[in-house]
Amino acid sequence: MTTAEPTIEKEARSEEDLDVPWQVVVHNDPVNLMSYVTMVFQRVFGYPREKAERHMLEVHLKGRSVLWSGMRERAELYVQQLHGYLLLATLEKVY
Amino acid sequence: MEICRRKNQIELSELDPFLAELLRQIPASADPGGVPAADERLFSPPTDGKEAEICAEWKLYVQPELQRLFQTATQTVAADLEQLNGNEKSFVNRTLRIPSKHAQAWLSALNQARLVIAAKNNFTETELNDHFRSPIGSRRDLSLFQVNFYGFLQEFILRELES
Repeated sequence: MTTAEPTIEKEARSEEDLDVPWQVVVHNDPVNLMSYVTMVFQRVFGYPREKAERHMLEVHLKGRSVLWSGMRERAELYVQQLHGYLLLATLEKVY
Repeated sequence: MEICRRKNQIELSELDPFLAELLRQIPASADPGGVPAADERLFSPPTDGKEAEICAEWKLYVQPELQRLFQTATQTVAADLEQLNGNEKSFVNRTLRIPSKHAQAWLSALNQARLVIAAKNNFTETELNDHFRSPIGSRRDLSLFQVNFYGFLQEFILRELES
């Protein structure tokens, strides 16, 4: 099966913020249901169903998916929300 | 067991004593009970370990909030499950009504329970995908059935939330 690469949301940043890019990564977990993960992506990031499903499939097939990138504070907030839904999520610096 | 939506409720009817007991066990099953693997799964680190400062702050400020969030959900579910109390030894089939406004709490509690059970039993992906395994057998088989049964309920609640 082939799936389209999901697009990654990028936050618009001012010049002084450009040196601090972080990304929100969701990791594969054999317990969480695919439909549940899709719903969480829709709720947390406001993604339409198709986009949420593409990210869910990327997590499922490749082991991880980058859901968002931008400022650290907002990345932390997203990870906190994802943990609230019990998804395996981390924030990573973009090198 | 029959499951359907009635007005603003999700109704689980014709619950035999075995399934009623599994439902009653949701709050207890969601408790990591001091098992490190279960604790680590519910409260996973926010980074891959390279950012020690973020992890330390997370433990201090975010983890207690998550703990409260999870606890509130299991308490809501425990209160709904009181409908099943009273005659645990009866063999009469029971009915459980879940208010739609509690659907999110149920999703969370069921998820907590599934993750904790899976972590405590160290289930493999192959085992978790084996939906036809008999519940009759070892304690491990029963735990796997519990994970799948709770997953079935989650799927139904998710469909109800979407509709």
